[in-house]
Amino acid sequence: MHRTGALYGQFKTLEQQKDTASLGMWIFLVTEVMFFGGIMLAYTINRHTYFHAFAVGSNTLDLFLGGFNTVVLLASSFTMAMAVYSAQVGKKQWIKLFLTLTIILGFVFFGVKYVEYAQKFHHHLVPGKSFDISYCVNNPSACPDIKPEHLEKEREEIERAMQADPDLNAHAQLYYSAYFGMTGLHALHMVIGAGLLFWLLKNSFAGAYTPEWNTPVDIVGLYWHFVDIVWIYLFPLLYLIDRHKP
Amino acid sequence: MAVAPKFPEKHYLNETYGIRSWLLTTDHKRIALLYLVSVTFFFFVGGFFAMMIRLHLLTPDGYMLSADTYNKMFTMHGVAMIFFFLIPSIPAILGNFLIPLMIGAKDLAFPKINLLSWYVYIVGGTFTLYSMITGGLDTGWTFYTPLSTVYSNSAVAPAVIGIFITGFSSILTGLNFLVTVHTMRAPGMTWFRLPLFVWAHYATSVVMILGTPVVAITLALAGMERLFGLGFFNPAMGGDPILFQHLFWFYSHPAVYIMILPAMGVISELIPTFARKKLFGYHFVAAASLAIAVIGFLVWTHHMFLTGQSTYAALAFSFLTFLVAIPSAVKTFNWTATLFGGSISFDTPMLYAFGFLGLFLIGGLTGLFLGCLGTDIHIHDTYFVVAHFHYIMVGGAVMGYLGGLHFWWPKITGRMYPEWLARIAALVLFVGFNLTFFPQFLLGYLGMPRRYHVYPPEFQVYNVMSTAGASILAIGYLLPMIYLTWAAFFGKVAGDNPWPATGLEWKTSSPPPTENFHVTPEVTWEAYDFHNRPDLGLDSPTGHPPAGAVPAHGHD
Repeated sequence: MHRTGALYGQFKTLEQQKDTASLGMWIFLVTEVMFFGGIMLAYTINRHTYFHAFAVGSNTLDLFLGGFNTVVLLASSFTMAMAVYSAQVGKKQWIKLFLTLTIILGFVFFGVKYVEYAQKFHHHLVPGKSFDISYCVNNPSACPDIKPEHLEKEREEIERAMQADPDLNAHAQLYYSAYFGMTGLHALHMVIGAGLLFWLLKNSFAGAYTPEWNTPVDIVGLYWHFVDIVWIYLFPLLYLIDRHKP
Repeated sequence: MAVAPKFPEKHYLNETYGIRSWLLTTDHKRIALLYLVSVTFFFFVGGFFAMMIRLHLLTPDGYMLSADTYNKMFTMHGVAMIFFFLIPSIPAILGNFLIPLMIGAKDLAFPKINLLSWYVYIVGGTFTLYSMITGGLDTGWTFYTPLSTVYSNSAVAPAVIGIFITGFSSILTGLNFLVTVHTMRAPGMTWFRLPLFVWAHYATSVVMILGTPVVAITLALAGMERLFGLGFFNPAMGGDPILFQHLFWFYSHPAVYIMILPAMGVISELIPTFARKKLFGYHFVAAASLAIAVIGFLVWTHHMFLTGQSTYAALAFSFLTFLVAIPSAVKTFNWTATLFGGSISFDTPMLYAFGFLGLFLIGGLTGLFLGCLGTDIHIHDTYFVVAHFHYIMVGGAVMGYLGGLHFWWPKITGRMYPEWLARIAALVLFVGFNLTFFPQFLLGYLGMPRRYHVYPPEFQVYNVMSTAGASILAIGYLLPMIYLTWAAFFGKVAGDNPWPATGLEWKTSSPPPTENFHVTPEVTWEAYDFHNRPDLGLDSPTGHPPAGAVPAHGHD
């Protein structure tokens, strides 16, 4: 379809075009809810069945890094909202600034995620043959990044959980599968989001977004907020399990 | 005699030329044709596997294929037919072509996403073909774990990746249709003036966008389990394989409605046109489509009655299964009631519609045998199930698809197919289909399990009948492919509205111009009104067209 200015040929008015685009994005987000819903169901059922293994697994995560990333993502949601606002009021310099900030915060998130994933590999917490939930407890020298008093607490927890669930090591792999599956898919969505942000940034340098037409900024904003919301669920589900023990 | 219809000078097929103009097109009509070619390809891939199955089952001791190869044949038959033929067939070809025309829009809401969906389909199809060529697939089309994730030695990973990717093509198509119907309707095209074809696709799209993401994540989890050794369903880590089945059927049962609802939409167009009568109970048929889409999501564990699920859950799901039959019955009764007192003509599309009515009835009623807890124990996983779902999917969905293809072929190509040859083909198809699948009901009732590569000798007679029927069926499929292709180039010029039918798509030229309508149409009539349409030459009190305005294929 040919295009007149910002208006694509299949539409009659810019308003119709904008409504159509945002309805499309909202429906897409519905499909995303169903997509994440599937893995969350698998998580919920396994967590219900193997609560002890999930609680122990959760305690081997780094709460500080997870919390830090939560703050980073919330901040990125704020900068994204500001970018959308800037586009609506026509502050072209601000759009560029806030899009750049959002991208930077996204990459800070990736950096922290990289550190966390690397830790899990060093701590033998990746599901597979070498998975060992007690690895750091038994080899403290191989895990210098965990404080000795924390390891002592972990040993007690594992011993207690073993009494309730003798097959703890197998079931903890279910927890870590959920961890990598869920955070991995979330990170994949962040990568796509970052790509979209770069595309917006490129267009905004060409001055493409005006108060009359800023739909792309608006709907990428919706997507970015959705990805943040997913994390808002993942953080308590994965990091804070032990804090609501029965 | 009527004046010979003229072929338009400028239309979507000759607007631009060259391979780029097709591969980079954003015209929904051209994308529909891209889908037509690729979906037909997968139909014949699936058909080849079906042929191998039927040939193998000619003899009870099955000496043609090894047990492993046989497993691969029925798996790949299912995968090709379900994910790459049935699900995209009517929506992505006829829906894509017709929805903008029917609602009076210039295109779908997101033409580029429409093209993207075709590329996504091709990429997914390529992965799956790669799996078929490099070792095949032997898990059954259901990919049950842990067979698919731990034990199978066939090329499961590329197939799972392929189907995962193709799922997004379906999601994008559904999303595009939903948004288009909401925001792109022409002036005067109110919700209750929409053709029921559009209502059916609206309901289908709802199933596509709510169901497909779930099977996508399920296959993604199974894929991660197989490729990276993660565990979600793996019993070795304490995971639950039944959870996979729940998630899988949460999509794959509604997927049956992705296949049948659009076919129902086609039938709702064919019957009023060839009975020359307003469809009986328009609102009920529209609501039945939505009811099927909604209730269809609440019946999935009837595929799992024998997995040891709770009796109370089984009772509830059995009840809901019976419930979903009601809207289907409403539709069937309304179609039949439309015929009553109508002026029926037996053109090829109508023959397919009649075929659909009979076969869908048998398929639907045998579904109730399976949804009933007591009888399901006896016929579960037997050929009864195979016969049942082929009556729905082939007898229902494919009949609807072919009926629709014939009905709109003059709109798509601007030319008529050879009517008598087409009628014979429709008859051959009907006979071949029944001969293939009716004996399978008997086989299943007598206890022949599905998916076995050998069977007791006393079942041979039914299997020979079934294989003979399949050969007739194959002719029934080859004929339309040949004469429709021929007709696209050499058929008689059809004119804008050869039947005549009442939909908006018949108001533009055949084939339509790239922008669909030269002026934005305004809709002032109700759907399927054959009495008050002077613009079609249909304003006589009987609804009969005046002499000389009768079908373009002439008086036969």
